[in-house]
Amino acid sequence: MKISQLSTFIENRSGRLRAACEALAARGINIHTLCLADSRDFGILRLIVADPPAGKAALEAAGYVAQLTEVLAVEVPDSAGGLARVLATTDAAGLDIEYMYAFSTAPGQQAVVIFRFSDPDRALAELQQRGLNVVEPVRLLQG
Amino acid sequence: MLRETWNDAGPGFHPVSSSDYLPAAQLRDLQLRRLQSIVGRAYAHVPLFRGRMDVRGVTPASIESLADLGRLPFTVKADLRDTYPFGLFASPMSEIVRLHASSGTTGKPIVVAYTQEDIQVWSSVMLRTFAAAGISRGDIVQNAFGYGLFTGGLGAHYGLEAIGATVVPVSGGNTDRQVMLLRDFRVNAICATPSYFLHLIERAAELGIDLRELPLRAGVFGAEPWTPAMRQRIEADAGIKAFDIYGLSEIIGPGVASECSAQDGLHVFEDHFYPEIIDPETGAVLPDGEEGELVLTTLSKRAMPMIRYRTRDITRLVTEPCACGRTLRRMQRVGRRSDDMMIIHGINVFPSQIEAALLAVEGALPHYRIVLRREHGLDQMQVEIEVSPEFFSDRIGAMEALRGRIAHSIHNVTGLNVAVRLAEPHSLPRSEGKAKRVWDERQDSQ
Repeated sequence: MKISQLSTFIENRSGRLRAACEALAARGINIHTLCLADSRDFGILRLIVADPPAGKAALEAAGYVAQLTEVLAVEVPDSAGGLARVLATTDAAGLDIEYMYAFSTAPGQQAVVIFRFSDPDRALAELQQRGLNVVEPVRLLQG
Repeated sequence: MLRETWNDAGPGFHPVSSSDYLPAAQLRDLQLRRLQSIVGRAYAHVPLFRGRMDVRGVTPASIESLADLGRLPFTVKADLRDTYPFGLFASPMSEIVRLHASSGTTGKPIVVAYTQEDIQVWSSVMLRTFAAAGISRGDIVQNAFGYGLFTGGLGAHYGLEAIGATVVPVSGGNTDRQVMLLRDFRVNAICATPSYFLHLIERAAELGIDLRELPLRAGVFGAEPWTPAMRQRIEADAGIKAFDIYGLSEIIGPGVASECSAQDGLHVFEDHFYPEIIDPETGAVLPDGEEGELVLTTLSKRAMPMIRYRTRDITRLVTEPCACGRTLRRMQRVGRRSDDMMIIHGINVFPSQIEAALLAVEGALPHYRIVLRREHGLDQMQVEIEVSPEFFSDRIGAMEALRGRIAHSIHNVTGLNVAVRLAEPHSLPRSEGKAKRVWDERQDSQ
């Protein structure tokens, strides 16, 4: 299953990231994990939140531009070489990764990595066919 | 032998400059005869002028005095755009020896043309410009006006050669080389836009060169408005006298008016370019001394006569005698315009051009503003654009590519490299009523 990721545009000036987080907090929306990509003048904040549509509405109400995009959460063995093997699989399938970041998990459990593929549907089919565990949103967001 | 005679007269005088000192009655008589001739030429050869005069029931024969000029219709920048490229030419291409072009209000440039006679007139008014700045044979002059379609570089070049000075045709840019040539060639005078010369002063200081210790003694500055504070800084930091010159491509290029040693207003070369001041709202002609929009009529231009061209520059005409003895009326330094044209590095830019460039990128117009700043003495334009949902992507590469496309599109339309900043929605200031697009912060930094 694909997961809905919330993303927003943040200007590179003090207080803007905090204000975005406060907008989500005010609506009681928990952030499970996030990734901030930055360039010189601006950053793009990508978030996995409990309720993505509500998160988008909260950010837009606070004046941010926000978007929902489809990403995949893939289980990765929490041991040496775990991620390398997953990436060997995506390479073998010829999947184009736009970016990726790690999902926070408790120590000792399976690690989870969020992948933004350029073609999420094909990526989902390929990964499942090759036996990788793509995490269900329900399990990911409530686990 | 003539050359030696006038060379002994000292800097500032040259036989060609004698027109600067014509008695008023003789000057008015010359202007009227030339006006009658140019109106006849425009009527005979340019459909736009003939059509407009016919509508008003005015013929070339109706021009019996200089005051009759007020009966003729105005010409505006849009007329050049609408007749692009050659619609206002009064000479066949076989007589036209040069074309120049500058930016118009949209993507199309304004095209201007010169016959051999026009080039000679242009050279002579530029000669008079340099003579008024005390430049003469024997001086080495670095010409940092851009060479090419822009009229500044070649206009100054021909005037300098005509006066007999040694020209260093370096054109604009490559500041380190400019500084090296100034020092190594023992240059006496420079032509540049004032903002570029301020930049050059700063770069020279960084390179450990004090311009005040070089033989450089004069600067001829134009192509963009500058402030008295900028002049003071240029004169103090470079140890030179800084002269203001005025001109525009539609009339001839540089060489319409220039300062003399008194540095108190710019003498209009009114034997070739007849100045009027009008109320920009009503179009009514104002008496000498009152402030309004400068309107110019070319009195001797052959390839492209201009009848009552509205410059949009706000100034006033000074009739009091000048300390230098020239009888030509002076125009006050141009401080502002009656439209929203910006001048960056001598290039004319309109907000409508930026808007057209933004529209060309994604087909939608985001909320934006244009900020003008002066950094290290150089004018900078930044275009700030709010990121709307249709422009937003969660990929950095896509956002950087968007910024690159916008900068490229603006460069395509204006020829300028501008900084593009992406901003959050609703973060740019909004004005009430008429949208304010341009934020000029250059005054604050001077």
